[in-house]
Amino acid sequence: MKYVLMFTSDPAQLASVSEEDAQAVYGKIYACFQENGAVITDSGAELQPIDTATTVKHGGVVVDGPFNEAKEVVGGFSVIDVPDMDAAIALAKTWPHLEFPGVAVEIRPMVEDYSQFE
Amino acid sequence: MTTSDGLLAATIREESGRLVTALYRRFGDFDVAEEAVQGAVAEALVAWRRDGEPRNPAAWLTTAAQRNALDLLRSSGRRARTAERLAAGSDDVAPGADEVAAIDPDDRLPLLFACCHPALAPEARLALTLRAVIGLTTPQIARAFLVNEQTLAQRIVRAKRKIVATGIELKVPEEIHDLDARLTDVLAVIYLAYNEAFVASTGSTHDRDLGADAVWLAEVVARSLPDQAEAWGLAALLRIQHGRAAARFTPTGDLVLLRDQDRSLWDASAFKQAGEHLARAASLHSPGRLQLQAAIAMCHAEAASWADTDWLQIVTLYGFLIREDASPVVRLNGAIALAQFGPEQTEIALRDIDRLADELAGYHLWHATRAELLRMLGRDDDAAAADTRALELTTNDAERRLIQTRLRKHPLTDGS
Repeated sequence: MKYVLMFTSDPAQLASVSEEDAQAVYGKIYACFQENGAVITDSGAELQPIDTATTVKHGGVVVDGPFNEAKEVVGGFSVIDVPDMDAAIALAKTWPHLEFPGVAVEIRPMVEDYSQFE
Repeated sequence: MTTSDGLLAATIREESGRLVTALYRRFGDFDVAEEAVQGAVAEALVAWRRDGEPRNPAAWLTTAAQRNALDLLRSSGRRARTAERLAAGSDDVAPGADEVAAIDPDDRLPLLFACCHPALAPEARLALTLRAVIGLTTPQIARAFLVNEQTLAQRIVRAKRKIVATGIELKVPEEIHDLDARLTDVLAVIYLAYNEAFVASTGSTHDRDLGADAVWLAEVVARSLPDQAEAWGLAALLRIQHGRAAARFTPTGDLVLLRDQDRSLWDASAFKQAGEHLARAASLHSPGRLQLQAAIAMCHAEAASWADTDWLQIVTLYGFLIREDASPVVRLNGAIALAQFGPEQTEIALRDIDRLADELAGYHLWHATRAELLRMLGRDDDAAAADTRALELTTNDAERRLIQTRLRKHPLTDGS
């Protein structure tokens, strides 16, 4: 099954993390992608910081900023292809960034069955 | 509950989880499997009461559930072809009732672990477990837990949809580390089922004994995972609690506290069984919260009276338990045990309890316990004030009546 892992964090909480610690985790994240290369598809992305976000709202109104006012932001996502939810959870748990406060990984199954439209 | 209702309940409890599992394995659709078995249970409740229990109740349920599953698959257009192929008897079809029923009893475990999956909301885990694993109907669950039936039904629908949509598999975790964590969740759900049944078991009569169902499920888990000490711990704990159930309420539904219970109503055979479970747990040398709670319950079970209770043993066990689980409710119960040693210890216990004010001030039993200790110390007015507060916070009728009786015996004298 395919799942999207959404990597989220709270920038305010991350601000207290030292540059050194942050660099160390980036190294681990790189290794994590290498290790799980077999189940991570190519369609993921790391996103530019939240202050680059632009939102188009209902009625075509264009505004500066993210779509909601939550303090947590999505920093990137990966599409993984694993046998079941437990495997997805196991993989999400290894996300190195989780050692920092305010970081979370949201798991969402992808819609893959479009047979009702056939 | 009549005898035939008891037999009916036992059959449904024994067969439901196995049937859901078997139908899921056969048709690959969890929602259909669960719905089909629920339907069969509902039909059985009507038909067996009307016509008497069939000669082979398990086969009756199996046949009904399979027919329902095929109907459900046929009625959903998207899956129509699959259902017809399966019904026509092509290669991957199980031939009949016998094969579907011939599932190992342990096969209920993967279903149980899926229903108690951490990705599901805690209250949904309980509801789904009661329905899918032991075959309670939604109205039965709603009545037992005094919740709105429609809310409960929606909760169950959402949980099932999540299991299907997110790809939660029916399986027991293989890695021991995962198994430990997940088993804790499973045992918590069973414990909750028992406690909810325990508290709600006043007034209205139920057509199933939920307490007995929870004990039964705890024992199914322990037997299926015989190396898991905490599973035996829960089985022992629930056996003991259930063994005292007959003494817990008066015939008119009034709650009787442990200290005042008629111990001749206790079920010694349940305690014996619990003792065997506990011995089994101890042999695994892996102590834990539930085993300690069971050991404490056993001390009470073995005492001839409240006064004869081995309080030293109990206080010692609470010392260990608080190391495993320093939750306020555990500390509250530990303080109650300590208070039994004499006025000096009662004072200390009261101070312990007062330190829990921040966490437990909204909990009626915190106030009720304070009232008891204050009364032991002769501070009747403070006790009455605490009982009054407990009464305001209690939603359970039996508990309300107990506190009201206490307040009548010891009314406030200062008029406050």
